[in-house]
This record gives sequence, structure tokens and C-alpha cells, in this order.
Amino acid sequence: MSTLTTTAVPAAAPTPAVRPVYRVTGRRVLRSEWAKLWSLRSTWITLALALVFLVAFGLIAAAQYESRFSSGRHMDADFADSTAVSLSLFGTNFAQLALGVLGVLVTAGEYSTGMIRSTLVGVPRRLPVLWAKAAVFGLIAFAVGLVGVFTAFPIGSGIVSSTPAAIGISDSGVLRSLLGAGLYLGLVGVIGVALGALLRSVAGGISVLVASLMLIPGLTSLLPSSWQNHVKLYLPSEAGQSMFELHHGAHTLTPTAGLVVFLGWAALALTGAAWRLARTDA
Amino acid sequence: MIEATQLTKRFGDRTAVDRLDFVVKPGSVTGFLGPNGAGKSTTMRMIVGLDTPSGGTVTVNGRRYAGHTAPLQEVGVLLEAKSVHPGRSAFAHLMAQAHTHGIPRRRVEEVIELTGLQSVAKKRAKSFSLGMGQRLGIAAALLGDPATIMLDEPVNGLDPEGVLWIRNLLTELAADGRTVFVSSHLMTEMALVADHLIIVGQGRLLADTTVHDLVRRAGGDTVSVATADPARLREVLAGPGVEITGRGGEEELYVVGLTAREIGLKAAAAGIALFELTARTVSLEAAFMELTKDSVEYHGTTEISARAAA
Repeated sequence: MSTLTTTAVPAAAPTPAVRPVYRVTGRRVLRSEWAKLWSLRSTWITLALALVFLVAFGLIAAAQYESRFSSGRHMDADFADSTAVSLSLFGTNFAQLALGVLGVLVTAGEYSTGMIRSTLVGVPRRLPVLWAKAAVFGLIAFAVGLVGVFTAFPIGSGIVSSTPAAIGISDSGVLRSLLGAGLYLGLVGVIGVALGALLRSVAGGISVLVASLMLIPGLTSLLPSSWQNHVKLYLPSEAGQSMFELHHGAHTLTPTAGLVVFLGWAALALTGAAWRLARTDA
Repeated sequence: MIEATQLTKRFGDRTAVDRLDFVVKPGSVTGFLGPNGAGKSTTMRMIVGLDTPSGGTVTVNGRRYAGHTAPLQEVGVLLEAKSVHPGRSAFAHLMAQAHTHGIPRRRVEEVIELTGLQSVAKKRAKSFSLGMGQRLGIAAALLGDPATIMLDEPVNGLDPEGVLWIRNLLTELAADGRTVFVSSHLMTEMALVADHLIIVGQGRLLADTTVHDLVRRAGGDTVSVATADPARLREVLAGPGVEITGRGGEEELYVVGLTAREIGLKAAAAGIALFELTARTVSLEAAFMELTKDSVEYHGTTEISARAAA
């Protein structure tokens, strides 16, 4: 360390007068990414949209269930099995799209606008930018998810309080499910950020995101049925779902296993993104 | 100070930058000249680490750009391509850049004022004209108060007012004692601001010279003179350092080493009548085109470019 300090002195010497000493640090890169995110109108709009999806669709599902139950109309088996948790988390499917797409925009949007050049000229070591973007946006998506589900659940469970779906926040597994949903949405945000950085294209990032969260699960039905259940439960969509499922069945992972698998997918996407960012010209 | 050693960049089998060696010395304006596609932008992108060299090295103040703890304080760069998110305001863009280095808000306001962006600082960049966008890019380049400023084709596409603004800015920056490295494909523009010239064509170094030397090398200041008796005039003008050329049987001579005034006086003293006496200063543009004629990426009709050069 002594060599570092001694070389620092002559390096600073040629510049005359008093120059402020600036320095790029991890915290400052985080600060910069935080500021960048909030200074775009699309951030506010998309986050608001995600929140609306979460709350509105959760409440609509709960209200639908309640009206069918009280009028005695027929319900599909799936719908009849609903709980206050599954009903009020109904909006997660839509909110994940909004948050995932915004995640893609956070990185791929910089490539499409050219902003990435400014970003990397400021932080030429590059990787701190990716970590900062993933952390900042992951946390924001997590926070929005939490606010959404913790708004939707109390109201939703109130709506269905006199039906078989009734369940309270203190019941076993409820709090864990709600937290799991928030965590899931945060990680979807991280995956969006990673896909955007990996593909450097808004359209490409969104396509892969939608495909992996919504389309691929449907394709597994093409596999031989003996494989289906084994493969399917490790897919990002399925593993993610099991993070906030109140009860896990024979063909789903436990919430913890789901979290681990989903974290694995997020880490894989981030690794790919880091590799491309570090290796290829911007 | 920017030092490139055998700097090379290949894209597939095309070599964009071919073993460039040059040094941009502190405290001067160095022009980086070359026709379109000569590798100027790629070279500048390699200097700030946006592109990785395929071979060779380039350092900024003795170290790789990415190796500095505060890169924005070493080199400020204005790239040719747009580097701003159109949805962000000028102020927010600069502030985000400033955050990475811990540059205070005060400095952001300073560069906004310096570039005359006060009235539009809170507007989104998508509403900016080309000239304002350029000012924003320069504000970002000045943010870290770097001793070296690098600008890629700063006057491209600007209106005359914008061109003048850039020209004055470059002169001011140099007067501040900063190193200015500025690329252009317009020789005339460079001649007005640059002391030193690095000329490239097809990725190769064609000349590392000064404006003055370039003119001299390209033919210097020739005077053409016509008279009825060129042989006698030759005798009269001959002397040390004077070079006279002309075709046999023609009245016109080309003289290097004497001014038109000196030739006129000598001819008058000798009683020789002159029909024509013209100083033919080789224009910088012609000197530049002569130098780069073999390396322009796309030739127009050769006939026309040859005439334009003459």
C-alpha cells in the first residue's frame, strides 16, 4: 500500500493550483443510476402502471370471486380453489410485464439512445454500472411490488371475507407469500435489466422476457409427459410462481426452492450481461 | 497528453485503424484530420475505452483511460454520435454524470452557464437543436474540468453561428492552457484553430506535422510569372534558394523562393516587361487533398477532384 500512496503524489503534482479531487466509487455509481432512473418520465409512468395492475387486478379478481360465490354461479375448479392470497396476487402477472419491460429499458434504452456512451465514458470500468442498475432497479421493483401486494391483500381479503377463500394476514404462510410476490417482482426487474444489457436491444430484451415468463411454460406441453413435470418446475416462470404460492403441490417447488431457482436464473442472466458488457465494444 | 503506440483496430477483415503512432502534446490544439472513414472516430473511441484496440496501446496522461480513478477529470470527450437520452433534461443528464465522480451541483451549473444552456437546462434533450445538443455534449466534456478535451467533428452540421461558437471555444480552451484534440474532415476549419496536425487516411498515419510545414511540403508559395523572354528572366532571378521551373517554349515560369514583389522589382530593374505576376499560395485544402488523395474511401469522378485540387 505504501507504493500506492507514494506514486499518488507525483501524479497529482503536474496540475497547477488547487483541483478538487474527484473519484468514481461504487456508491456514486449507484447514486448516478438512481438519479438517471427518476429523471425519466417513462419510469414514473411504468411504475405507476405496475402498481395499478397489482392493486386493480387483485381487487377485480376478489370481487369477481365474491360475486360468483354469493350468486351461486358456477366457477372453474381452478377459480374455486382460490384463496384471498391467490386472488389479490392476481395482478402479479401483469405487473411483472410492466416491471420487466422497464428493467429492459433501463439498460437497452441506453443503447438505443446512445446514452451508454456517456455512461461508459464516466465509468469506463463498466461492470459497476451493471451492478448499480440491477441493484437500484431491483430494489425499486421490489418496493413497488410490496406496496402493491400489501395494498391489494387487505382490501381483497376484506371483499372475500365471507367466502371459503377468506384468509387473514396472520394465517400461516400469508405473510411469506406476500413477501415472496414482492421479491419475485424485484427479481423480474433484475432479469429485465440483465436481458437489456445482454441483448442491447429494447425489442429483443422484451421479447426474450415475455417468452421466458409467459410463452415457454406453454411449450413444455410439447415435451413427453414424463419429462414435463421435471423440466417445467425449474422454468423461470414456474419457479418464480412457487415463491408466492400459498400451498405447494406435488409438481411445484417449495417457496424456498423456488426462490433459489429463480435467483439462479437472475444470476445467469446477469452473468451473461456482465460478460457482454465487459467483452464487447460499446 | 495522449499517446498512441501502434494502435490498431480491426472490424472483421477491415482494418479501421492501422498501427497509429502519435502523441497529443499538452497545451496545444491538435487537429486530427482525415477523410470520412479514415478511422478518426474509432481512434477517439479507443482513447476513452469504448472500443478495445485489436493491437497496440493508447494512454491518457500515462495510463489507460479506464485505469484512472476520476476519468472525467483526465479527458473530457464530445463524441460525434449522440450520447444523451432524449427523455432526460440537460441538467439531469449532467447531474447524473456528475454523481459518478462526486462532482458538486455547483460545477454542473457552471458548465451550463459556460455553454449558454441556462434557458433550456430543464428542457428534455429531445427538443434540442443540433447546436444545443452539441453545447450539451461540450458541457459534459467540461464537467470534470479536465486538462485534455477531445472533440469528434464538433462543427459537423452546425450553422455558421454554431461553427463560430465552437471555434472561439477551442481557442479559449487552448488559451486556458488545456490540451485540445479535435477531429475534422475539413482542413480549412482546422487551419483556423490547430497548431499541430495529425493526418490519417484509411487508418494509417499520413502526416504528423504543423500547418506551416504542411503548406511548405505541398508546394509552398509559388509565384507564376510570364514574360516574352523567359530565358533572360531566369538569369535575372537566379540566386541562392530560388527555384525556377517552366516548360521550354512557353512564356510562363514558376518561381519558388522569391515574393511577387521581389520578382517585379528585379524584372523592372532589368527592363523586362512582365505579362503576368501571380502569387499562388497553395491552399491548405489542396495540400490536404494531395496528401489524402490515395486514401479517400469513396472517390468522386477523379477528373473533378483533381481539378478542384489544382
